[in-house]
Amino acid sequence: MVPAEPVLLIGYGNPGRLDDGLGPALASMIEARAIPSVTVDVDYQLIVEHAEQAARHKVVIFADAAVAGPEPFAFEPLAPAPVEIEFSSHSLTPAAVLAMACDLFGAQPVGYTLAIRGYAFDEFGERLTPTAQRNLDEAAHFLIDALQSGFQHVNISRALYALDL
Amino acid sequence: MAVTQTVEQPASRRIVIEPVTRVEGHGKVTILLDEQDRVKQARLHIVEFRGFERYIRGRPYWEAPVLVQRLCGICPVSHHLAAAKAMDQIVGVDTLPPTAEKMRRLMHYGQMLQSHALHFFHLVSPDLLFGFDADPAVRNIIGVARKFPDLAVQGVMLRKYGQEIIKATAGKKIHGTGAIPGGINKNLSVEERDGFLKDLDQIFTWARDALKIARDYSMDHLKELADFGSFDSNHLSLIRADGAMDLYHGGLRAIDAKGKRIFDHVDYRHYLNYIAEEVKPWSYMKFPFIKALGPEKGWYRVGPLARLNTADFIDTPEAEAARQEFMTLTKGKPNNITMAYHWARMIELLHSVEKIRDLLHDPDLQGTDLVARGERRPVGIGLIEAPRGTLFHHYEVDDNDQIVRCNLIVSTTNNNMPMNRAVEKVARDFLEKVEITEGLLNRIEVAIRAYDPCLSCATHAMGRMPLEVEIVGADGRLRARGGKGVEIR
Repeated sequence: MVPAEPVLLIGYGNPGRLDDGLGPALASMIEARAIPSVTVDVDYQLIVEHAEQAARHKVVIFADAAVAGPEPFAFEPLAPAPVEIEFSSHSLTPAAVLAMACDLFGAQPVGYTLAIRGYAFDEFGERLTPTAQRNLDEAAHFLIDALQSGFQHVNISRALYALDL
Repeated sequence: MAVTQTVEQPASRRIVIEPVTRVEGHGKVTILLDEQDRVKQARLHIVEFRGFERYIRGRPYWEAPVLVQRLCGICPVSHHLAAAKAMDQIVGVDTLPPTAEKMRRLMHYGQMLQSHALHFFHLVSPDLLFGFDADPAVRNIIGVARKFPDLAVQGVMLRKYGQEIIKATAGKKIHGTGAIPGGINKNLSVEERDGFLKDLDQIFTWARDALKIARDYSMDHLKELADFGSFDSNHLSLIRADGAMDLYHGGLRAIDAKGKRIFDHVDYRHYLNYIAEEVKPWSYMKFPFIKALGPEKGWYRVGPLARLNTADFIDTPEAEAARQEFMTLTKGKPNNITMAYHWARMIELLHSVEKIRDLLHDPDLQGTDLVARGERRPVGIGLIEAPRGTLFHHYEVDDNDQIVRCNLIVSTTNNNMPMNRAVEKVARDFLEKVEITEGLLNRIEVAIRAYDPCLSCATHAMGRMPLEVEIVGADGRLRARGGKGVEIR
């Protein structure tokens, strides 16, 4: 499959479980900007048909909540998972989606993960914690800038934004 | 975390499987061996609980069809529709406008298609294509993708088609809002309909091929599958008034292992007169049973196998022909072969595609009468045949429109005792007095996987939770651990 479309953003997580909704929230913010050449998708989790969708794009960005790691977020390149990737559930990892895009559809999209730090996941509730909301705003600002510039201004130090703080 | 009662028994050793891979949810299998290395006891434990039934209390009833989708990211549509059916009763509606019911049915068949396709192609096919003893590094979907790429792509595309139908009927992929109390909030546009019709021939071809794979595998391996994790049981499902399989609505029918009817065409609003739930101290998941038979003899199976066994016929021609061949295997009597779930599931997949075709050609889907209204009632009970089996939603609502009581019996909970029986049968048949290998432990998972359990749903938790297997000897020492990364000691 020849990738015909430029950028796919997949925001995933469960908005009914507090900060687990960071990925879908980011997807909503990006979608509202209607940035040309950017396709936005949202789901509870990554599943097999995302591989087919990814294969139709040159760049795929996986936005998810992070239970640990840098604040406010980390934007990092992603490689397809190696052969021994474990598939243990209906849901897939971002690396597995890239691997399946390659194995099933012969495509090699460039992958990135945008891991937005969250703090509360164990209760039901459709809201973000205040700190997670701030992290989301910073992540959205960064990503909108990167997408509108066609990633021209995103170098590795900027990409690893959180680590440079 | 559940603690087994058997750990401290000095004359036994214990096998624990945690996590079982390629099933949803978190659970643990413990297998207790005696000093002669014979299986003394085998149990499937469910180890998380989040109390969704308590959480939803105090919420306005009209939120329920959306809120319950938080139960599970795997089959939110089933909960959405079961809750909506319950809320129909709350708003006093017994008969929906034709457009509303048909849109809900289309949503449901899309859910059935995507769920069955994913389970068969991506969770089960590695066991069938490579064998139960194959290297786990290969025995997964990536291995299937590399050796059988066409098959893996078919699985993806079938599922995608079902997901697109859900999106078109529910409004969006997550937290869909399509079904509302008393009806539906949108119809299907002509453009949406034509988009689905365009791909339908290809979907039919793949569905027929999938059924053939399941049928041929079952027949070719009948000798080894017939007894694998198998046992006699009762079966339960919804059934249409004329005895046809109906995945969306009907009365309750229960039959015994020989096909004798225990009850039939029961109005499911009276389910509490027929079904009770037993609690056991070693699992958070309850054990439903038929009241008239008691907990020892009254447990039953639900899901594709049960539905094939309870139905008098299927009302779509290709699936009915497949059902007749399926029932020939057991001379028209109920099929109690656990691994026959896969064949039954693919018959249902083809049935769902036939139903989708019929609905897409029905002009009622473009109708504009979407919602009915009636007189408020305090109780709403909604049942649906979810991909994994009969799903019960029961709500009580006060005069302030707030939910004051909620009881859910999810499909996997209905299959709780059968899964335990399957684990015990496989453990006794394969794990006694032998060197424990990953392939042998995988047989436990194969038996559980036949039921396509969703343990996160069954325990009212969300997220991805695996299952593990452990074997502990009579001396209390760990002998083997299965699931992710097998460890043999």
